Amino acid sequence: MHIVVCIKQVPDSAQIRVHPVTNTIMRQGVPSIVNPYDLFSLEEALRLRDELGGTVTVLTMGPPTASESLRKCLTYGSDRAVLLTDRFFAGSDTLATSFALAQAIRKIGETFGAPDIVFAGKQTIDGDTAQVGPGVAKRLDLLQLTYIQKIVACDPEARTLTVERRAEGGTQTLVTRLPCLVTMLEGVNQVRRGSIHDALRAARAEIVTWSAKDAGIEDVTKCGLRGSPTVVKRVFAPAPRSEKAAAVPVSGKAAADADALIDAILARQPSLEADLTHLAAGI
Amino acid sequence: MSDKPAAPAPAAGSRASMKKELPEHFKAYKHVWVLVEQERGQVHPVSWELLGEGRKLADQLGVELAGVVMGAAGTGTLEAAAEAFAYGADLVYLVEHETLRDYRNEPYSKAMTDLVNAHKPEILLLGATTLGRDLAGSVATTLLTGLTADCTELAVDADKSLAATRPTFGGSLLCTIYTLNFRPQMATVRPRVMKMPERQEGRTGRVVPFAPDLSEADIVTKLLSFLPDRTSTKNNLAYADVVVAGGLGLQSAENFQLVRRLAATLGAEFGGSRPLVQKGWIPSDRQIGQTGKTIRPKLYIAAGISGAIQHRVGVDGADMIVAINTDPNAPIMDFAHVAIVTDAVRFLPALTDAVARRFSPHTRDRIAG
Amino acid sequence: MAEEKFDAIVIGAGMSGNAAAYVMAERGLKVLQLERGEYPGSKNVQGAILYADMLEKIIPDFREDAPLERHLVEQRFWMMSDTAHTGMHYRSDAFNEEKPNRYTIIRSQFDRWFNGKVREKGAIVLTETTVTDLVTGRDGAVIGVRTDRAGGPIYADVVVLAEGVNGLLGTRAGLRDRPKAAQVALAVKEMHFMPRETIEARFNLDGDAGAVIEAAGTISKGMTGMGFVYTNKESLSVGFGCLVSDFAEGDETPYGLLDAFRQHPSIRPLLADAEIKEYAAHLIPEGGYKAIPQLFGDGWVVVGDAAQFNNAIHREGSNLAMTTGRLAAEAIFQLKSRKLPFTKDNLALYKTLVDGSFVMKDLKKYKDMPKLLHTHSSNFFLTYPQLVAKAMEDFVRVDGTPKLDKEKATLRNFARTRSWTGLVGDAFRLARAWR
Ligand SMILES: Cc1cc2nc3c(=O)[nH]c(=O)nc-3n(C[C@H](O)[C@H](O)[C@H](O)COP(=O)(O)OP(=O)(O)OC[C@H]3O[C@@H](n4cnc5c(N)ncnc54)[C@H](O)[C@@H]3O)c2cc1C
Ligand SMILES: Cc1cc2nc3c(=O)[nH]c(=O)nc-3n(C[C@H](O)[C@H](O)[C@H](O)COP(=O)(O)OP(=O)(O)OC[C@H]3O[C@@H](n4cnc5c(N)ncnc54)[C@H](O)[C@@H]3O)c2cc1C
Ligand SMILES: Nc1ncnc2c1ncn2[C@@H]1O[C@H](COP(=O)(O)O)[C@@H](O)[C@H]1O
Repeated sequence: MHIVVCIKQVPDSAQIRVHPVTNTIMRQGVPSIVNPYDLFSLEEALRLRDELGGTVTVLTMGPPTASESLRKCLTYGSDRAVLLTDRFFAGSDTLATSFALAQAIRKIGETFGAPDIVFAGKQTIDGDTAQVGPGVAKRLDLLQLTYIQKIVACDPEARTLTVERRAEGGTQTLVTRLPCLVTMLEGVNQVRRGSIHDALRAARAEIVTWSAKDAGIEDVTKCGLRGSPTVVKRVFAPAPRSEKAAAVPVSGKAAADADALIDAILARQPSLEADLTHLAAGI
Repeated sequence: MSDKPAAPAPAAGSRASMKKELPEHFKAYKHVWVLVEQERGQVHPVSWELLGEGRKLADQLGVELAGVVMGAAGTGTLEAAAEAFAYGADLVYLVEHETLRDYRNEPYSKAMTDLVNAHKPEILLLGATTLGRDLAGSVATTLLTGLTADCTELAVDADKSLAATRPTFGGSLLCTIYTLNFRPQMATVRPRVMKMPERQEGRTGRVVPFAPDLSEADIVTKLLSFLPDRTSTKNNLAYADVVVAGGLGLQSAENFQLVRRLAATLGAEFGGSRPLVQKGWIPSDRQIGQTGKTIRPKLYIAAGISGAIQHRVGVDGADMIVAINTDPNAPIMDFAHVAIVTDAVRFLPALTDAVARRFSPHTRDRIAG
Repeated sequence: MAEEKFDAIVIGAGMSGNAAAYVMAERGLKVLQLERGEYPGSKNVQGAILYADMLEKIIPDFREDAPLERHLVEQRFWMMSDTAHTGMHYRSDAFNEEKPNRYTIIRSQFDRWFNGKVREKGAIVLTETTVTDLVTGRDGAVIGVRTDRAGGPIYADVVVLAEGVNGLLGTRAGLRDRPKAAQVALAVKEMHFMPRETIEARFNLDGDAGAVIEAAGTISKGMTGMGFVYTNKESLSVGFGCLVSDFAEGDETPYGLLDAFRQHPSIRPLLADAEIKEYAAHLIPEGGYKAIPQLFGDGWVVVGDAAQFNNAIHREGSNLAMTTGRLAAEAIFQLKSRKLPFTKDNLALYKTLVDGSFVMKDLKKYKDMPKLLHTHSSNFFLTYPQLVAKAMEDFVRVDGTPKLDKEKATLRNFARTRSWTGLVGDAFRLARAWR
């Protein structure tokens, strides 16, 4: 089995702040992390490899510093890491990103053997679109299985994969053919720690670094800003509400305060009285 | 938008000023379409929300609003079409085929792509559900057009382009995105982000059938079984009229019971902030916010929730937000309507009693008697 | 899996560990550095002021790319009563030199940068890897480490303990005692974010110039401790530290003190409208010279905070950490190049180098200070600040009282509150400790 996992290095958005005056991102000290959703896919890939044999290649498109995230994935036990980095990729939207990644996966196939499964994360925490995975699948003409909560069976001989997929109103059990692209649902597993030997191997590993040209991309107009049909016209901070919350004075007696709060709510929105009466009666 | 937010203003700056020069072959693309997401006879309410929004866009553009209904004949497709008219559609493309009985990416994306190529919409909206997201990404890539995910606001610009606004950087900022030179302009919207439109009884429209070129023999992925969610385990958080939620300020899983008790007394749904899910105090389908559910209740009571931006984007649509928090400067005070600065652990039982006293008929009768 | 063996293993990627690993790797040694944090600096809290000289000795051109916040041109010492402060400000344009001597830094960024340099020199660095045990040979010599990851142990000729103030490993291995409560201070710190223009306006700064406030007085409620405000580019580091033993005796909490400090009328306006992030607590060794443990043994040396190398009076820790790390590395390199074994006797060279450096000289100079401040803390931290504030108030207030009377009243005040002998005694003790 050869499994490729697409991961993305993202700013830890829990730590992002917005400059109150200029509305720009204050990046000072915001650490980068592996997109948390990608780790569920990575762990599933590692688990399949351990079970069926083979190798796991992690792939990212990003700035040279994204190699840190690749190295982290090696520490978790991945076998190989590929960094796709080039100034032509700057400003890619999901369509351009899926183009570049698809090309790189083709190249990975030529160089290290054709992948049986490509994994992507359900979504990223910065782009947050959940579009790149399906985009890559389409461009590589791979069958696509998103929101997978369980890989039930994988038979490399019969070339089949059986999964449980989270659908809107229930759980689908689907069977498909390899090769295919899978995105895992969050929380379905926990990425392993990696042994001290994995960690040492990761620290010493050479990360395969490709430019657009190395990845066999001839037409760079399909990459980056030029290859992106969408244009970001404006970035701005959410408007604050003009007034602060009306504070209900606190007497110290909880019962009296509770009544005061309900009065304040109803005073502002008298129609709630009927709604609450209905709901509380179980209507 | 995978890389764009990484360099918002400056990178876009050069192209932000770009003029729209729509290639000739795209000029035939007209009308606003909404996918009416229908599975096993159930239409996802997000589709009605989108029709409401699509109606406004179509009116502004002076074009028609179409619903796209897909499925196997006799599985509620006609009923879905009728409802689509009631929620504002002028016409419905009815795409019926046996292979569309259950959602699968292959037949759905093929049918949708073919329909777009045949009837050429200028705007295509889908719900950001598991179905909508799975489908939208494939369709947009096949059509090589732009797709903006999880929009919170849709508008038509002076030059009639779609201005799609969505959160970026984990919700800390918003950005407005255009698909200038490609058609259709595609966008997904999360459930409950847009208002549910009024249903207009008796409103009708045209049904335009479309026969997709599909055959089960060509479809690789097979559905082995479908296990519907038990209704008992499925919550109605996104669509509840009253929601009570708790945050880390409650300090323990035991104290969270106070939230559940108030919710039960109110006949409300309960939910919580993300850390509570991470701590295992509540299941993940109870999480409210950017990576959880968006809610739009008439009344939202948040106890011990600071109101981080990622939480706020999930509750901004509530008619009335009530904060119970010990910190008068917590961010939630900036968007709550009414607040009480007090210890939620002490206050919630009193509030539950007061609610029971004032709204529950049984207790009221008891008191009266 | 083949057995892994290194010339040296460094435990910790703080100031001392990075210095040691850098110098050894630069000299060609095969170095493994292990850090439990997610990344170097992720667990490190510091005010933080960087002293350039000590880093220059390790990385001479560090200014080219190190993440430095502001270079300091102004130092404020404030003695605080509950409602007032009496201050001494020292500001000099001479500090605006080409190669400034002191900078504020943010440790999480700085440590990452420093550790990047260590990697560039060829050391292998593993993060999220906690050393759980020292592995000893039959003769009791340290020969390697075990970590919380599966697999191992990993062996080395010598282990450098740069694990910071808690020093659990060293203590657990019986190499030294656990620091006593009176020898460590607990500091709590917050980052207050605000636009750089606001910081520059509030602190009267231009460009990348910076200022620090260090404050002592009634704010520590009679305990040995102090508060500080350091200016970074887009944030202020605001913190408070007190001796752990004092916390243990009273019922003040570290955060309570920090909160009161923030609310002090002299501090509050400086912090207005900031966004507070990254609350953290950390220990600072304050035992001084007398608390320094055994520094070396068969197959190991200990550096930095783990060895209590910290100058509480001048609030210097990281420079002592860097220096002891560097000296340990130099000692190890010398032994290695002379092909000498890393026995206790040979590693004594490290102690010799430290003794000859400013580190020991400074610590010796102030060796009685920690005790003095501690045993008479209520005078230094409660009584005197109030007296000074009262004196200043009387001096400044124009109310028609003759100036001479004011001075006399001030003196009387001092005398009444502390007996004359007490005052003289304190002055004497303070002077002797400082000398
Ligand atoms: C990519 C990303 C996505 C995220 N998505 C979501 C999301 O979908 N939903 C979400 O909620 N969060 C989300 N978060 C997390 C979010 O940033 C906040 O960390 C989280 O919302 C904070 O939860 P909280 O308000 O419960 O806790 P805290 O921020 O710790 O706030 C606790 C509050 O309780 C108050 N309090 C303390 N004691 C009491 C008491 N006794 N009585 C009353 N009040 C008290 C405090 O004053 C404080 O305001 C996301 C973060 C990231 C990075
Ligand atoms: C609030 C505060 C303000 C300060 N201000 C200043 C100042 O302004 N100027 C100044 O010079 N000094 C200051 N200091 C002191 C300075 O921070 C320390 O002296 C210095 O950081 C010591 O460096 P170190 O390398 O010995 O320890 P640390 O920096 O604490 O590094 C120890 C490292 O070892 C790691 N570690 C520990 N155990 C293990 C293990 N078992 N396995 C793997 N890794 C492990 C830790 O994660 C940590 O990264 C301040 C300290 C505090 C707390
Ligand atoms: N630059 C990238 N490099 C590698 N994989 C990516 C990149 N961007 C997105 N992905 C993959 O696509 C998934 C969905 O991303 P998104 O569409 O941005 O939500 C991620 O979880 C990754 O697996």
